[in-house]
Amino acid sequence: MSNSKLTRRGLLKTSAVAGAGLAVPTIFTASSASAFTNEPTGSTVTLGFNVPQTGAYADEGADELRAYELAVEHLNGGGDGGMLNTFSSKVLEGNGILGKKVEFVTGDTQTKSDAARASAKSMIEKDGAIMITGGSSSGVAIAVQGLCQEAGVIFMAGLTHSNDTTGKDKKANGFRHFFNAYMSAAALAPVLEKLYGSDRKAYHLTADYTWGWTQEESIAAATEAMGWETVNKVRTPLASTDFSSYISPVLNSGADVLVLNHYGGNMVNSLTNAVQFGLREKQVNGKNFEIVVPLYSRLMAKGAGANVKGILGSTNWHWSLQDDASKAFVQSFGTKYGFPPSQAAHTVYCQTLLYADAAARAGSFNPCAIAEALEGFEFDGLGNGPTLYRADDHQCFKDVLVVRGKENPENEFDLLEVVEVTPAAQVTYAPDHPMFAGGALGNCNPGA
Amino acid sequence: MDTFLLQILNGLDKGSAYALIALGLTLIFGTLGVVNFAHGALFMIGAFCAVTLSRILNLSYETIDPEKKDFLGNPAVVKTTYVESWFGPEAGAWIIDWAVPLGILFAIPIMLLIGYVMERGLIKHFYKRPHADQILVTFGLAIVLQEVIKYFYGANPIPTPAPSAFKGSFDFGVLLGMDPNVIIYPYWRMIYFTFSLVVIGAVFSFLQFTTFGMVVRAGMADRETVGLLGINIDKRFTIMFGIAAAVAGLAGVMYTPINSPNYHMGMDFLVLSFVVVVVGGMGSLPGAVLAGFLLGILESFASMNWIKDILPGIDQIIIYLVAIIILLTRPRGLMGRKGVMEE
Repeated sequence: MSNSKLTRRGLLKTSAVAGAGLAVPTIFTASSASAFTNEPTGSTVTLGFNVPQTGAYADEGADELRAYELAVEHLNGGGDGGMLNTFSSKVLEGNGILGKKVEFVTGDTQTKSDAARASAKSMIEKDGAIMITGGSSSGVAIAVQGLCQEAGVIFMAGLTHSNDTTGKDKKANGFRHFFNAYMSAAALAPVLEKLYGSDRKAYHLTADYTWGWTQEESIAAATEAMGWETVNKVRTPLASTDFSSYISPVLNSGADVLVLNHYGGNMVNSLTNAVQFGLREKQVNGKNFEIVVPLYSRLMAKGAGANVKGILGSTNWHWSLQDDASKAFVQSFGTKYGFPPSQAAHTVYCQTLLYADAAARAGSFNPCAIAEALEGFEFDGLGNGPTLYRADDHQCFKDVLVVRGKENPENEFDLLEVVEVTPAAQVTYAPDHPMFAGGALGNCNPGA
Repeated sequence: MDTFLLQILNGLDKGSAYALIALGLTLIFGTLGVVNFAHGALFMIGAFCAVTLSRILNLSYETIDPEKKDFLGNPAVVKTTYVESWFGPEAGAWIIDWAVPLGILFAIPIMLLIGYVMERGLIKHFYKRPHADQILVTFGLAIVLQEVIKYFYGANPIPTPAPSAFKGSFDFGVLLGMDPNVIIYPYWRMIYFTFSLVVIGAVFSFLQFTTFGMVVRAGMADRETVGLLGINIDKRFTIMFGIAAAVAGLAGVMYTPINSPNYHMGMDFLVLSFVVVVVGGMGSLPGAVLAGFLLGILESFASMNWIKDILPGIDQIIIYLVAIIILLTRPRGLMGRKGVMEE
């Protein structure tokens, strides 16, 4: 027997540790001389568009990608310029960003956190993307935001509506233009009170993941504050397709309002089931039974067909808005693709312009300089009226649209009508609001 | 009591779909000895037959109406369907409204053809191969089929409503002397349940009371002997594959108003249908039907609020839990026979 301390187990442990060390991605152990991750050195700059190209949100992702391509075209001086002409900041001149031509790479998130992280990582490491943007699910957005923070690139969130994205999971390198669950609830509650009264009993069906939880919490708190009673909150698995067994007990529960905290395919199916059960023709407690969908999207409304008629919800933006910026964007997008843009397309187009503008104003691609330029930035002319990128949590504050499924659509895109434009002040909350507490921005990470 | 009845009713429609898919699976397994993982995709294709017919009926020609404006402010393009211009606005609208029931007639020949082509073109080369190979090739086929559908129809669910005559729901509670709204059940789900009973009845009668069915049953029991008697059993089995495909397709057609079809609806049903087949007993047709309804109803019970309060997440695993219990106590399933898949 030898006295050597090198045992078989010890050897295994050591090699495992060494292997893990070698496997740590280069973005975390970068050794280049540049000042920050993927500093552009040539005549071009690369942006990474990370959207669901397969999976349940593929259509939403496809619309985001169209908007990204349009934004790149406008940044490089092509097309009619779209919202560059209406944007209040005038530093972008149609010659790319800081004189560098904008190029892009795309990744497929598959609406799965691990796939989204892998595609973002590949775009950063292999393609040299200086900024990552996209996402059509809060779970994905939060995962990718965390990765971008570690890698030292800016993350411009796409369609993500959970409070957590700029709440407990907020990051110094992450920015969100889209509104959130709290804002939806704050905008909807007064309209609900006006139309349905303050003596109502609500029953919640909620998608069982981060977005659903924060949406349920927000809308329940806002409606309870105006006198509604919450009869029940039921969590439904994200993978559910048939909601009949969740919907059939609703009428017998004494509730007279059903709140569907569902999105995408879940929302299409649960709403279709609810309408099938004839809920909307029923009378409970002497009142007409009502259904509310806190987060609406036109692409979803299309999936649910005639079932959306008369149902209230909220949205970040709608193509029928008549301000100059929205009209310019719809004109530009509609001429290129033949149909109006969705709210997902709008938010990612804005995010791309906002990033480019911040880089131009900062005079640098350094993520920390860009973050500084975005923090506290006030702008207008991007379709939502005057907007603030709040420094405390990197969340945009702007007007919120309360919409209703249209009874008599004039064309196949005319599915929602704007009931009320809720002013930004009414949906603004303190940075330390309990629904957003628990996380910290931390420090900006330039990587390298 | 009322919630009890309600959940039984809720289980029936899901159970109907499970039973119809499992019936087809068992037919294929019993006759050809093939484990067909593409069966869920056939259900999905059936649903898209309804979507396709509805699109065909909605084919329209365009005229420009200078009075109206489109979303860009240009003169609007007004669409008129050919069906409406041929049959008049009222009859045309009625035909479009009844697209889903008409989809049955549309789907039967298509599904029989798809089943025939699938069996002759691919499956027959895998008869002698191990079950693992069959599973791999049919699972691969299922993925191909669903990607093809996604390419042509997109990823989002496509609303395919039932005829307006069947909108709304029936109040069972009032019928039983309870308060209104206690037990309500949509008309279309009642129709779906009835339809599945008719299809199941038709398949059983076909096997039981026709000469063709008798030969097929004989072939299922002892393929070699039937072959020695000079009967071309392979040809009949191919036809059975077509019939099984048609049964899955019809289940899909009629399911479209219940849940808007999308490209992965087949996968959602496939795994559960296999559990249904295993619980019912491999190769047993009555077992598949019984287990289909049983598991549909159990799943429905498990999603009741007070049960979920005691056992969170039970609605997701109940079917697998029951499958484990049944396989532990009755390894051949509820109605499985000796000797199936046991060599």
